[in-house]
Amino acid sequence: MKVRKVPLWRIAHARSGDKGDASNVGLIADHPRFYEVLLRQVTAERVKAHFHAICRGEVERYEVPNLHALNFILHDALGGGGTESLKIDAQGKTHGQGLLLMEIEVPEELLDDD
Amino acid sequence: MKIVRIGNGQGFWGDNVDAPIALLRGGDIDYLGMDYLAEVTISIMMRQKLRDPSAGYARDFIDFIRAVLPELHQRRVRVLTNAGGLNPQACRQQIFAVARELGLSGVRVGVVEGDDLLPRLPELVARGHRFENMDTGEPIAAHLEKMSSANAYLGAEPVIEALRQDALIVLCGRVTDTALALAPLMHEHGWQPGDWDRLAAGTIAGHVIECGPQCTGGNFTRFWEVPDLWNVGYPLVEGYADGSFVVTKHPGTGGMVTVDTVAEQLLYEMGDPTTYVTPDVTADFTSIQLEQEGPDRVRVHGIRGRPKTPYLKVSASYLAGYKTTGTLTVSGPRAVEKARLCADVVWRRLERAGVIFDPAHREVEILAAGACLPGILPPPEDPPEVVLRIGVRDPDYAKVERFGKELAPLVTSGPPGVTGFAGGRPKPQRVVAYWPALLAREEVEDHLRVTVEEA
Repeated sequence: MKVRKVPLWRIAHARSGDKGDASNVGLIADHPRFYEVLLRQVTAERVKAHFHAICRGEVERYEVPNLHALNFILHDALGGGGTESLKIDAQGKTHGQGLLLMEIEVPEELLDDD
Repeated sequence: MKIVRIGNGQGFWGDNVDAPIALLRGGDIDYLGMDYLAEVTISIMMRQKLRDPSAGYARDFIDFIRAVLPELHQRRVRVLTNAGGLNPQACRQQIFAVARELGLSGVRVGVVEGDDLLPRLPELVARGHRFENMDTGEPIAAHLEKMSSANAYLGAEPVIEALRQDALIVLCGRVTDTALALAPLMHEHGWQPGDWDRLAAGTIAGHVIECGPQCTGGNFTRFWEVPDLWNVGYPLVEGYADGSFVVTKHPGTGGMVTVDTVAEQLLYEMGDPTTYVTPDVTADFTSIQLEQEGPDRVRVHGIRGRPKTPYLKVSASYLAGYKTTGTLTVSGPRAVEKARLCADVVWRRLERAGVIFDPAHREVEILAAGACLPGILPPPEDPPEVVLRIGVRDPDYAKVERFGKELAPLVTSGPPGVTGFAGGRPKPQRVVAYWPALLAREEVEDHLRVTVEEA
């Protein structure tokens, strides 16, 4: 099976927000056929490594199969969160866009149908 | 089949002021929800109320009411809002004043009270309630003195009571955003407490619209697919008696409602998707089914819920010092290096003046060089310009103020190409920190008061 390396934004969309000093990133497959790829490759460990310079705590992952989506909680990722943070992105608004830059391997035949 | 049309015209404090008027006038609507309370807003209102006992609510809401009251009254479009803040009674009096000004009579306004726990905190703690900080586990007792606000999040029940008493406008303080959609659905369809699936459906309807245009094309990943974002339509749900609902927007508005725009909003600010806890119900987001029913129409169904928890969330706040940030634009060759030099100069001059900050409470970000997503996007090699954003936080106001004096001098005493310093010295702002906790719900529910008066 031939695979191609693509950024996540080729097969998924995302939105992020804040919960105290944690951010959440919802990642949704553009089509149900991509959900397996997300499930297998976009693990909590990989997301933690991807956000290594942002997220100082653990990353939790939840599955939302009915929306072919995953939800990530990035703990200790907002410099104190809310009003205490001095960061420009104190609410994690950009974390969804950041996750979409992660590279994953997608079987060619899935992409060809796109 | 009975359909209840519920819109959200204000997703947060500071949202577009024309949007709720467009939502009201753009087509059929039965209920309009308006959110004015950010986490920080309550503590700002507390300060306003201390200075002036007739203040402490969202003044923007009165401007909105002045613009639309005759129309609300005539069309019987009911408005549900948390604009009452810490002083819903004063807010009501102001609405009555507007009604008199406009020569209207028969305007019924409901007020929901009982969310404000600040005066009751010492007594509640004395009776053994610990208000443990949900992030740290620490009990509140040792910090009682410094708390500047404490409000419980209320659910749909008191709002429904005001609707039963025929209120045209319902003014709350802290109430969940989701309750502002659930309450009219329960009221109109006769849903009963304990009907967990329908209560979860109404709660999720509220979650979808609570951030206004974030479900109709705003903040959507594939922004290039969204038509006329400038004129984005704020959302409407059409709620059916069986708990299913359609997310849509008025015809002729910009934006779009698709399975994808709705799915993004469903996951916004989400924790464990199987367990979304509100005062009314525990909703399961993994039960939601979405279907594109037509252009700009997404049908939502299949929602399951579980019983509510015995607790209500309480959000207390306290002053945690001061902070400020300032920016300088640095242009020309080696801009990043020059910006870093500017930051270094600031810290060393402050040190020379004996003003030292905890390194954990200093921040330097170089905007346009990857500040939002460090470690993810490779920084550009030599950008033509960057913005230095530098900030501090400290319990001492004077230190934070002193920091603000060190930016402007860099224009003449720093590296070349430094500009963009026209806004004056950055001023210290209060840092309001939160103390999230849980409280047995009967302690709040036994003290709720709903009054509906007419002018």
